[in-house]
Amino acid sequence: MRKTYGSPPPGFSSEHLRGHLIVLEGADGSGRTTEVALLRDWLEIRGHPVVDTGLRRSTLVGPEIDRAKQGHTLSATTMALFYAADFADQLENKILPSLAAGSTVLADRYVFTLMARAVVRGATRDWASKLYGFAIVPDLTVFLDARPEILLHRAIGRYGSLDYWESGMDLSLSRDRFESFFRYQERLHAEFEWMTEHYGFQVVNADRDPTSVHKDVVHSVAPLYEDGHDADVESTPPRPRASRARPAGPASSPTPAAPPTAPPDAARRSARRPPDAA
Amino acid sequence: MKGAPTPPPHGQAGRLIVFEGLDGSGKSTQARLLVKWLQSQGYRVFFTEWNSSDMVSEVIRRGKKKNLLTPTTFSLLHAVDFADRFERQIAPPLRAGYIVVCDRYAYTAFVRDASRGCDPDWVRSLYSFAPVPDKVLYFRVPVSTSLHRKILSRQKISYYEAGMDLGLSDDLNESYEKFQTRLKREYDRLAPIDRFVTIGADRPVEEVLRQVRHEIRPLLIGFPKLEALVRA
Repeated sequence: MRKTYGSPPPGFSSEHLRGHLIVLEGADGSGRTTEVALLRDWLEIRGHPVVDTGLRRSTLVGPEIDRAKQGHTLSATTMALFYAADFADQLENKILPSLAAGSTVLADRYVFTLMARAVVRGATRDWASKLYGFAIVPDLTVFLDARPEILLHRAIGRYGSLDYWESGMDLSLSRDRFESFFRYQERLHAEFEWMTEHYGFQVVNADRDPTSVHKDVVHSVAPLYEDGHDADVESTPPRPRASRARPAGPASSPTPAAPPTAPPDAARRSARRPPDAA
Repeated sequence: MKGAPTPPPHGQAGRLIVFEGLDGSGKSTQARLLVKWLQSQGYRVFFTEWNSSDMVSEVIRRGKKKNLLTPTTFSLLHAVDFADRFERQIAPPLRAGYIVVCDRYAYTAFVRDASRGCDPDWVRSLYSFAPVPDKVLYFRVPVSTSLHRKILSRQKISYYEAGMDLGLSDDLNESYEKFQTRLKREYDRLAPIDRFVTIGADRPVEEVLRQVRHEIRPLLIGFPKLEALVRA
């Protein structure tokens, strides 16, 4: 039975939502997008159709949000409500229909990022969680936990600079973007740590290479598809190894990927102090 | 209301007076009359209406065309709009010591969204940034009066005003009537909870006006007029 955190949106009916909702959370530069792609391949090769979704702007309010961000004129409360409208649109027009169709919905970030952003900008946790009370509870949320230094290097490596919003420049933490980036990421991280406890995230150490991270992600995901959880797949076929290079087509070697027996080394790590950005 | 904490009084220098009620209840006319009276008495007054901004109108137009709007997104978009208007238009004069008169306030959203099936506690939590007014005047009229005045005024009834999105009826007027009935029920439910002053608005304008002034007078005791401020 699928549940929402608070009261469900009007017209919500849980009984037909057969698919799984899997969420990958993590800061920009945590390798989230890469891991979503790897996991998508892994699932589809095993016969589970995937619909991916993220916090990309919906068709409904996307243009207005972009305009509001350009102008920097809306307050934190207004922006938080705006993002919630955008998310509600994605939930009702994309996520729920996909789950009803039996697809696995793979979310490249979810309400947790939106809640964390709102809270570091002054909203209370209580307000933020009530605001997103209509969100459905995922089957699994994996938090890709990467150190701020790692995020910094990946951001600079990719864009050659630090993004205004990812550095939290709107918070006026520091006029220095480098400094602001660290302080902002530190605050977000603290929020994610709290949510990890509160919402039961699976934490994966994302300081490592994509393949190692993928292994840990799969370790968390695999149990969802065991014991005939998914009626669309005939028994358990031999599991081919995920092939990253060519996602389409059957993998050549049908070597069964044995489910890992021990928890991956660095998964489920607890709190970690981000270093001072002095 | 269970689970919905009452926000504290606004604690600002000004006063916050809210007019609520169905379309055609005469509240807008009375709000304007009150503003004029207060100004003539030498008070600093700020008047604001519940108008959708260009932004929300645009989103609603697009959403309607593509059939994307749901009660949840509809509710959230109006909250965006109100939050923005509150921070720009209502909060600053309230802090500056004005008498702020609002033709509709968060209660309009409570009533409309609940009538669309949203959870009332959820809607209330969205608006927890909005302080409790000093006085809420609820202009109570029968639904037939609302519809009659609406038709007489020759204003076009909009799709959402009529609650056409709820599929109550294919006929615009009939849907309007059904939807307004829901709104009225919800206003009546909130009246004791939110301490509305209920004004029987199905009476002559002068009579209603006298009652409005009577209700507002206690708020003005000891409240500084512009003149006094300038001299100080």
